[in-house]
Formats: sequence, structure tokens, C-alpha cells
Amino acid sequence: MSEQNLLRLKIGLAEMLKGGAIMDVTNADQAKIAEDAGAVAVMALERVPADIRAQGGIARMASPKRIREIMAVVSIPVMAKVRIGHFVEAQILEALAVDYIDESEVLTPADEEHHIDKHAFKVPFVCGARDLGEALRRVAEGAALIRTKGEAGSGNIVEAVRHLRKIQKEIKTLTVLPEEELMAEAKRLGSPFELVRMVAKNGRLPVPNFAAGGIATPADAALAMQLGAESVFVGSGIFKSEDPARRAQAIVQAVTHFREANILLQVSEDLAEPMKGIDIAKLDEKDKLQTRGW
Amino acid sequence: MKIGVLSLQGDFEAHTRVLARLDMPYCEIRHPEQLRDTDGLILPGGESTTMVKFIQAAGFEPALKAYAKARRPIFGTCAGAILLAAEVIDRPQFSLGLIDLVVRRNAYGRQVDSFIEVGPCAGFNEPLEMVFIRAPIIESVGPSVSVLARAQNRPVLVRSGNILVSTFHPELTVDNRVHAYFLAMAH
Repeated sequence: MSEQNLLRLKIGLAEMLKGGAIMDVTNADQAKIAEDAGAVAVMALERVPADIRAQGGIARMASPKRIREIMAVVSIPVMAKVRIGHFVEAQILEALAVDYIDESEVLTPADEEHHIDKHAFKVPFVCGARDLGEALRRVAEGAALIRTKGEAGSGNIVEAVRHLRKIQKEIKTLTVLPEEELMAEAKRLGSPFELVRMVAKNGRLPVPNFAAGGIATPADAALAMQLGAESVFVGSGIFKSEDPARRAQAIVQAVTHFREANILLQVSEDLAEPMKGIDIAKLDEKDKLQTRGW
Repeated sequence: MKIGVLSLQGDFEAHTRVLARLDMPYCEIRHPEQLRDTDGLILPGGESTTMVKFIQAAGFEPALKAYAKARRPIFGTCAGAILLAAEVIDRPQFSLGLIDLVVRRNAYGRQVDSFIEVGPCAGFNEPLEMVFIRAPIIESVGPSVSVLARAQNRPVLVRSGNILVSTFHPELTVDNRVHAYFLAMAH
């Protein structure tokens, strides 16, 4: 298959996941709860970000056995995380035939300079970004889907909002720049010129753009959607809350009906306690996950 | 004339892009009552399990059945095909039973087994590019169903009366012909 067609298939699966919620799960039971609630995909990982944050230590790819158990119980796509730059973890996940690989800042980076060459894989990749430059660098490396980094495991939407707005604003700026200014803008963004030009022309990323990091409530999910995200990843927000199944269902409803306040009200009522959450301003710079990768 | 695109989840936007290329007015459908002013309906690709939750909970099931009964055309792609089928196997799940098909979900395998194929299609002079993403297989078709295209020796584009089904994604190509065929059904 041509590289172009392979990329179309990778982006194609991301298209299928639009208007949905992708939920972090650590075992088969949680995966089943997520699927039954209407998740469009699950993300397999060893510990949810809130626990990684609390427990510390090196966070790695989930055990293949655990991922296999999750793949066996659900029929929706199964994604799994690898450490930034850890292409062997990715090779293992490809051999396992997961449906999407998240090269994620939530895990401890394996390479502080280089991300994975994602063109080399048949499995599509999703990567996090805080701004347009970072998003386009990941796309240039072969990512078929971009998500905001937000601040994973914080239960605080503020960073995802910042990243969504920043990316949208930088895209809008490109669309009004004259052709001769695009090269300087590509230099400023640190992104390949051809991709910058493509974004300037189309007014959108060349791949779908989802939100992640800190989504804890149906309102958070709908906020991300109204700010232009095309789907949401929910990490700790579900299984660190009091009634995961109901919260998961409520978030699924909120993503589909993200502009309808009466439905958002209805699904937000009578929900048990959300995850507790962290004030980002009180978080040490070294404890931020979003600064991993570049 | 106006075409509705079921927009509960999935690649509904890709379908609206094709409709826009064909200068066809469209609207996104998230509630059953929105079906009223449409002359045809597209069920997009996506996750059928997710769509089923909405269809069963929000009164869509009777509305969609009435829609088909009123002979208004419905076009389902991939997940949409699963929703329209008479029977779903390999994880049996709810379906609307609006076309006499048995479909098997994710039958080619996982995402690494997704593929693109080019092949002939009844009524088209030039071959058709067909994009299969975690696609279902049509295991069997009833006597009322005509097969318009095959890939790997299996039916992949079929029609029965006012219902059109593809297991691939014409909306992910630059080719408008399958949608144009559907619009002709709606005229």
C-alpha cells in the first residue's frame, strides 16, 4: 500500500471516532463499563494519570497481557499508550494489533529529544500538543490524530482550554497571512513549511483534533467540543469518580449534544462526586506532564 | 430537497462534505423529530455500539422504522450498514432490520487489517475506490437485495428498495458517485 493510502486509513479511523468519548481503562472490567456506557474507544494503560501522579515511579506501556484481556472483552477500538520516543513499546503494541497508539506525555519519556517515527508503523498514532507548532511537528512525524495535552490526571480543564484556544487561534492567524509571510511563520512555529501552508489554505489541521487532559464532568466535555475539539479523551475523570458508569454515560451524552444546554443540565444532575482535582497554579513545574515532549 | 445525516457520533461531517460538493442541502440529525423535514437520511460510519445506545434510548428506533416504511431512502455506510441489517453476528447486537442482510462486525480484523481496494461497481463506467476501516462483512443477502459491488468476492454495496448499504466509506474519497446514486434514489 502507498504511504498516502496508509495515512488515509489511519486518519479514517480517527474520523470514525469523532463526536465520541475515548475512555482510559486499566482492566477488562473497566473497559466493559466504558463500552456499555457508549465509549467509542478505550485507552489501555497501567494506571490512570491521577494515580501515576500520586504514586510516582516510572510509568510504562501497560502489560500486553492486560491489553489483550481488554481487547478480548470489547468490540470497540482499543488504544494503548507508549512512552515518548519508545519505538520498541510501539513495535510490541503493533504486534499485538491495538487499533491506535498514543505516544503520551502521561508516561515517563524514553527519549528527551526524539519522538517516534510514526510513518514506520501500520498502526495509527495519536499525539498530544499544546500549540500548532507542536501539533504539526507530530503530524510531520506521522501522527494521524492530535489531541491537546491539557494537564492529565489533574481533573482541571484549564490547560486543555488553553491548548485548544491556542491551536485554534494560531490556525486562524495562518488563514489571514499573505503567502510571503508563511515561511517566517513556519520558522516561528517550528513546523514544516508545507504543513503550515496546508493549514493556511484549509483553515484546519490536516488530521482530526481531539481534546484531552483534565476533563472530569459532562460540562468539561461539552466545553472542549464548543471550543472546537472533535472528540474527547477522558482519563482519570471517569474511574476516579464515585459512580464511573453514570459519569461515563453522562459524558457520552454531553459530547453528542454539546450545544444543547437543556440536555447538559439533565445529564449533569444527580451525578455522584467527580474526581477531586488539582489547582494547576499550585503544581510544581517539574510535576507538570504537559512539558514532556516538544 | 434536503438530506439528513445522523450525527450522534462518527464521520457524519465527512458525509456532509460530499453533500456540499454535490450542492445538496443537508442537516445534522441528533433528535428523531429532526427527521421530519428530510427527504433522505445517511447513517454514517463510526462505532455502531455507541450509536445503538442513542437509538435505543432516544426514540429513534420507531422514528427510523417509520421513515423506511414511508419509503424515504436511507443510506448506511459501515456502522450505518450494521444498524440497518436484519441480523448482526459475532457479537450479536441490536439492529433496525430494515434490509435483509446478515453482517459480521469487524470481520476483516483490527485497524492494521483496514484496506483500500479499487473495483467495478454496477452502473458506473469507471472503477470505484473503496475504503474499508475495521469494516463489517455482509455474510448473506436476502432475495430482495441486489448486489451493486463486491470486494474480495463479498458484497460491499447493496440495495433493497429504498435502502442502500455500503460496508466501505465512499465519504472518505473524492468520488461523489455513490452519494449521487443515493440522491437519485431520493428524487
